[in-house]
Amino acid sequence: MWPIDRLRRVGDTPSDSAPLILSGRAGSRRVVTAACDGALALGLRPGMPVSKAQAMVPDLRVERADPDADMAALERLALWLMQRFAPIVAVDPPDGVVIDATGTDHLHGGEDAMLQAILGRLTLSGIVARLAMADSWGAAHALARHGAALSIVAPGDTQAALAPLPLTALRLPPATVGGLQDLGFATIGDLLAVPRAPLTRRFGPQVIRRLDQALGAVGEPIDPLRPDDLVTARRVFAEPIGAAETIARYIDKLVRDLCRQLEARGLGARRLDLICWRVDNRAQPVRVGLAAPLRDPARLVRLLCDRIPTIDPGFGIEIMSLTATLAEPLAPRQTASLLEPAAPDMSSLIDSLTNRVGARAVYRLAPVASDVPERSVVRVPPLSVIAAGWPDHWPRPSRLLARPEPIDTMALLPDHPPRWIVWRGGRHDVEGADGPERIFGEWWKRDAETRAVRDYFRIEDQAGRRFWIFRQGDGEDMTTGSHNWFLHGVFG
Amino acid sequence: MLPFGLPELDRRLPQGGLALGCLHEVAGSGAGTDDGAAAACFAAGIAARLPGQVLWCVTRADLFAPGLAQSGLAPDRVIHVEAGDETSVLACMEEGLRHGGLAAVVAEIGRLSMTASRRLHLAAKNSGTTGIALRRWRWLADADEFGQPTAAMTRWRVSERPSAALPVPGLGRALWLVELMRARAGETFDLEVEACDGTGHLGLPADVADRPAAAGGRYAFG
Repeated sequence: MWPIDRLRRVGDTPSDSAPLILSGRAGSRRVVTAACDGALALGLRPGMPVSKAQAMVPDLRVERADPDADMAALERLALWLMQRFAPIVAVDPPDGVVIDATGTDHLHGGEDAMLQAILGRLTLSGIVARLAMADSWGAAHALARHGAALSIVAPGDTQAALAPLPLTALRLPPATVGGLQDLGFATIGDLLAVPRAPLTRRFGPQVIRRLDQALGAVGEPIDPLRPDDLVTARRVFAEPIGAAETIARYIDKLVRDLCRQLEARGLGARRLDLICWRVDNRAQPVRVGLAAPLRDPARLVRLLCDRIPTIDPGFGIEIMSLTATLAEPLAPRQTASLLEPAAPDMSSLIDSLTNRVGARAVYRLAPVASDVPERSVVRVPPLSVIAAGWPDHWPRPSRLLARPEPIDTMALLPDHPPRWIVWRGGRHDVEGADGPERIFGEWWKRDAETRAVRDYFRIEDQAGRRFWIFRQGDGEDMTTGSHNWFLHGVFG
Repeated sequence: MLPFGLPELDRRLPQGGLALGCLHEVAGSGAGTDDGAAAACFAAGIAARLPGQVLWCVTRADLFAPGLAQSGLAPDRVIHVEAGDETSVLACMEEGLRHGGLAAVVAEIGRLSMTASRRLHLAAKNSGTTGIALRRWRWLADADEFGQPTAAMTRWRVSERPSAALPVPGLGRALWLVELMRARAGETFDLEVEACDGTGHLGLPADVADRPAAAGGRYAFG
């Protein structure tokens, strides 16, 4: 579907209603190379002659297939994925992208969340995508094309997951697939069940190699996409290196090389990928994010060297490559003046904190225009500018419970504070109270909140502790809430 | 040195105020050892009166930013860090103290060993950033640890007191008992004060403020 999606995204398709096919040449014939959903529903299939398709569907829209443009667009998509999701991404022609998710899925909240995030972003861009995560490139390739729209195979389950898939999933030449089908093989499971030597004798080593690659028995390194305009520094070692000090020394050299290139182009790095290729052809990626564009070698070296413990050198590292995956313009600017002291630069602190605890864990809390307390605060990136504060009409607690906790109370309806409350098994007599502060539900968000009301009270108990409690409902009308009491926060 | 602006309090501190570029400890008492609500406001009040950015490291994200803003700490001055465990909270606090561009670093931690506190104190001394260890324990029994020695310059305990009744229904300004439990080169004392106002300043209750200065607080040792 990629060529169709690409054409639709380019935006020269006036309407989605007219069935669309792409035509290419096979020898001297014009054949259908791709068809949109509407065309498929009308019975058109890739591979049939264009003249036949036009005869079947009168107002068919035929576009010329452009494999080169498809490939270039696929590379752009792969680059976009690399900048956002993982350091090692490659194009899997004709219509796929392969991502090495080793060590990156936890940054996106787990494998499932990562796939969902990718799927969501692609769907929003108008790309129909099928995703699979598996132990090997071959297995993921097969499952993405012939399995569920979003499938995750646990480590070790690869064989069971692959067995029911058809032979076309194995990335074999069509002639080989045809030959195997002639012999009666229909699924990968059929191939697994027979002795291997006769297969090799009949079809060459290709079949067994693809089978082993899919099962993960034979390694298949992913050669990461590195477009020419990406700033990259690379070192190849005559002797494999492994000691932490040696790695640190070469990180320093790579960073200096990279910074020189960045400076020549007037760029600063926002995201750095260090890939250590080991002698056993496995890659150890390290990704470092920066809050602001940067090309200060000392700071970049420090951020990368903090991550050396996560690199497993195995039997030694042969190649180290450092890439500024995301780079932004960075003009030299004046940092200090004699007239006024320079504002301290927070980005270095934020970078080191972010790379220690993760980007989501470093934030500022910014106001949201909402009266509902738990919605009045939003996390924003730590370098963002916050214009205004919260309205200061009523005192607010310093601690807010994650969700309001139900309490037992005795209170006069409709608008009196309770006489006592029982919270977490402890009784608090109310000595003084302030309220109610009525907060209405946000009817524009959810239908359930159309009539919802909360009456907040600030109470002080006999020991002087102050709590923020509320009653669900206005005390008279049961449609406004259940009239249960909750404790929502603790004042200092 | 940062004075509290209350002569009653400042004249009993060794340098006439809170020493800057040091580590200080603050905790609540009773149920406040768990929620640390008053201690958070006390720490926010100190940080609010220092110029610059504040780093606040937590393991439990239950701070309510509008409440902090009412203690004087505006949202554009706080960078929050939510670390997974106490070890990384300590590491983040040290990172913040070493950076040197911050006004104060507040970290909510339970266990604070002598070694860790000395490390934090040295980091604070080298950069001149003030560190506040806001001690919080999930269980009241763990709070006994607050008696253990640390390298902190001062150790405060802030507990809520019943506030003075108003002539009309409602609640006035909250009242705290601020105890200085330990101070290097200083004497311990305790004092009833009114909670932080919108600029982070403590206040004196009316009955204390009206007394002659020599009489001191109700709980003064001398």
